[in-house]
Amino acid sequence: MVNGKRETLHAYPMARLLDVLRENLHLTGTKEGCGEGECGACAVLMNGALVNSCLIPAIEVDDANIRTIEGIAGGAQLHAVQEAFLECGGAQCGICTPGMVIAALALIDRHPHPNDAEIREGLAGNLCRCTGYQKIFAAVVRACEPAAKPHTEKP
Amino acid sequence: MEEKFFGHSVIRKEGRSKVTGQARYVDDLAFPEMIHGVTVRSNTARGRILGIRYDDGIPWNEFTIVTAADIPGKNEITAIAHDQPALAHEFINHPEEPIVLLAHPNKFLLEEARRAVHIDVEPLPAVFTIEESEAKRVIISGEDNVFKSYLVEKGDVEAAWASADVIVEGEYRTGSQEQLYIENQGMIAIANPSDGVTVWGSLQCPYYVHKALITVFGLPHEKIRVVQAETGGGFGGKEEYPSMLAAHAALLALKSGKPVKIIYDRAEDMVATTKRHPSRTRHRTGVTRDGKLVAMDIDFVIDGGAYATLSSVVLSRGTIHAAGPYFCPNVRVRSQAVATNAPPHGAFRGFGAPQSIFAVERHFDHVARTLNLTPEEFRHRNFLRKGLTTATGQLLHEDVDFDGLLERAFKESDYRARTERFARENPGSSIKRGIGFSTFMHGAGFTGSGEVTLASVVEIEATAEGIIRILSASTEIGQGTNTVFSQIAADALGIGLDRIEIAQPDTGSVPNSGPTVASRTSMVVGKLVEGAALSLKRTLLDSGLLCDGCTEDEFVRACRKYIETRGPLRSRSQYEPPPGLFWDDATYSGDAYGTYAWAVYVAEVAVDTSTFEARVTDFVALQEVGKVIHPLLAAGQIEGGVAQAIGMALYENVVWREGRMANGQMTNYIMPTAADIPPIRVFFAENPYAFGPGGAKGIGELPMDGPAPAILNAIENATGLCLRVIPATPEVLMDAMLESTAEKAGVLG
Repeated sequence: MVNGKRETLHAYPMARLLDVLRENLHLTGTKEGCGEGECGACAVLMNGALVNSCLIPAIEVDDANIRTIEGIAGGAQLHAVQEAFLECGGAQCGICTPGMVIAALALIDRHPHPNDAEIREGLAGNLCRCTGYQKIFAAVVRACEPAAKPHTEKP
Repeated sequence: MEEKFFGHSVIRKEGRSKVTGQARYVDDLAFPEMIHGVTVRSNTARGRILGIRYDDGIPWNEFTIVTAADIPGKNEITAIAHDQPALAHEFINHPEEPIVLLAHPNKFLLEEARRAVHIDVEPLPAVFTIEESEAKRVIISGEDNVFKSYLVEKGDVEAAWASADVIVEGEYRTGSQEQLYIENQGMIAIANPSDGVTVWGSLQCPYYVHKALITVFGLPHEKIRVVQAETGGGFGGKEEYPSMLAAHAALLALKSGKPVKIIYDRAEDMVATTKRHPSRTRHRTGVTRDGKLVAMDIDFVIDGGAYATLSSVVLSRGTIHAAGPYFCPNVRVRSQAVATNAPPHGAFRGFGAPQSIFAVERHFDHVARTLNLTPEEFRHRNFLRKGLTTATGQLLHEDVDFDGLLERAFKESDYRARTERFARENPGSSIKRGIGFSTFMHGAGFTGSGEVTLASVVEIEATAEGIIRILSASTEIGQGTNTVFSQIAADALGIGLDRIEIAQPDTGSVPNSGPTVASRTSMVVGKLVEGAALSLKRTLLDSGLLCDGCTEDEFVRACRKYIETRGPLRSRSQYEPPPGLFWDDATYSGDAYGTYAWAVYVAEVAVDTSTFEARVTDFVALQEVGKVIHPLLAAGQIEGGVAQAIGMALYENVVWREGRMANGQMTNYIMPTAADIPPIRVFFAENPYAFGPGGAKGIGELPMDGPAPAILNAIENATGLCLRVIPATPEVLMDAMLESTAEKAGVLG
């Protein structure tokens, strides 16, 4: 299952899940930043857990439940985490953002109201070179606020 | 002009596609029949190519193979000088030099094939350090290994020593640093003899690539087209290098007759592309006993790697910033960029200034201590202000209030109270805490006559539906260019943000607004956007179809009517220098920049004397930036730059082995993670700059300059260790601490 849809495909057993997603399924939202499990740009949720898809061989995802960035928004309506990233300036160049959003979701799932230390630990596997992380932390806090409403700044 | 959007944190136009993963970066793009390309590189730092061998067992007839012999134009990647080949032909000058290009539909077979190509090389003696290059025992470039030199002279330094009560010397070194944008470099090319060359890529400067391809292919400018794809970070690393990558992809595309995609993996990107220039700065400073600067003699050298590329300009900026934001009547800066057999070093945020500013800000803490003054008191006695001249003799016309900035930064960081508290608490703890600061400036835009030479242009066109399209070559690389331009144009025209569109930077359809570098995009190009928008409005007003104070609907109607009755509705704005600026290239003196941003950064650190780790625990970044266009984006620039500079100061160590980066992996080249970065508290002061849009100055590179010296000043405050080299990794701290302990124990002389 990928984003709620059952997919059947052929892949080499050691093909990376990252490549299966990007090339077989044309889901290019998940990115390759390092290919060695350090940067988190390839992060997806596998059976609810945060994983680096560049380190997952295809054989391991047989019958697994995968969620990628493409499956986060509910159609035209963005997920609260995505809205928060937009409002708080959590994305600059955006290349780390898909993995970061996935990691934020995994974090909030474990800690619905994470404190500062929990946020830092939860996102420590996702490198961002642009933001210095400050506004990513702010976005996570905002996403956890009750009834986080979309905010458009109108002067 | 009503400021409806300027100064507000409007939602980014380009934001939604980024948070949904819909933004398409170059590796997300595919073309029919597209094949992949890889680069075979030398493995020797310097030598003569004797031959190229292709192993058996690879179906070579399926491959496209390109060497220097296949280059239709000149075998040269032009940045400024003409010394760098696109593909090495006879000689190799660094251990990642590209020699053979391969293309094939199967990425995995391609990688196997890459390993099956062998370059036979007769090694030649090589040079790996600044000192080896200066020794000139082996000449590897030009006549004397020197790419460029500068001499800045103000007053008479030699004569001035006599009036100094105290002379203080120091030597400071900075290492290389990898830009480490999270999106690796990549390019897709299509090329054929009749249509020419088109490339799509991750890049900052479409017209730089355009110019380089004209030389490589020997084609007229209209046959080369460069399109910027969504770009995942640049920081200067995608300023000049993409020209090389574009040439490679296009050469393979030309020979194969197919679209070719080259995407570097992380290891290749780290080791083969540009990195920050390592530097060595020597200071000799004469002061009076009560702490007034009398003479500054500075020797500043940067390591350019094997080819000149942009080293002359990096050197220029580092030279001009070397004396800091201080008034000194006698200054001499002698600077050089020298050659070594490493992959060429290149643009990286700050561009020479972080290197020379590190030195002066560390040195000035040292001078203060020598005089028994606090670091802040020594700064107060020497700050530049309106009416005083810089090291290049530029008279400051703007009101710079460094005293006020320093006091505000101290207040926000609780500097004095913490200094006292740490001094009290440190003796009883193995964790030593300290606080330190740096005061600095960063000139925005190209140096001297650079902007005049660029002669940047922005165009704006209106559609019959009243949509305003901004045409510029300035690239969105994370800094929010598209949003900032939209704010400026919307305010100038008095319409909504959603009426503004930014055209994709495509040399086939946008004018050359100059490169996306040098902290110039908001300030210089944004001003052109403002000018073009006002000019378009003027056209409508003059036509009688629009009146002042009209509604947005009336504006849309006026556009439609104009286009129906008179034809295309377009405007154009070209750069004009602010009046009264004079720069002399020959003597390297005068008004180096139209304006400077001024800053005070305060770093608080904790040093674990058991593990030798230093951590930044709090950071205050205060800067005067003219006017803030978009508070969230502006703060984002400062926070991101500070984080990169924390990496530069403490973590990011490039390990060199015979000209090759030995730690080309994210596993062992450490950049700060979410767990490593302290709260970064950003404060802005405003003092409008007359020639920036809405009064704004450039700020993109400023935050790279201040953190490293502030952090090492804090480490000295915490531990007494006088470190003069970055990165100050635990190994460096350990050596320094053990040496210091041994000295105290009387073990060392």
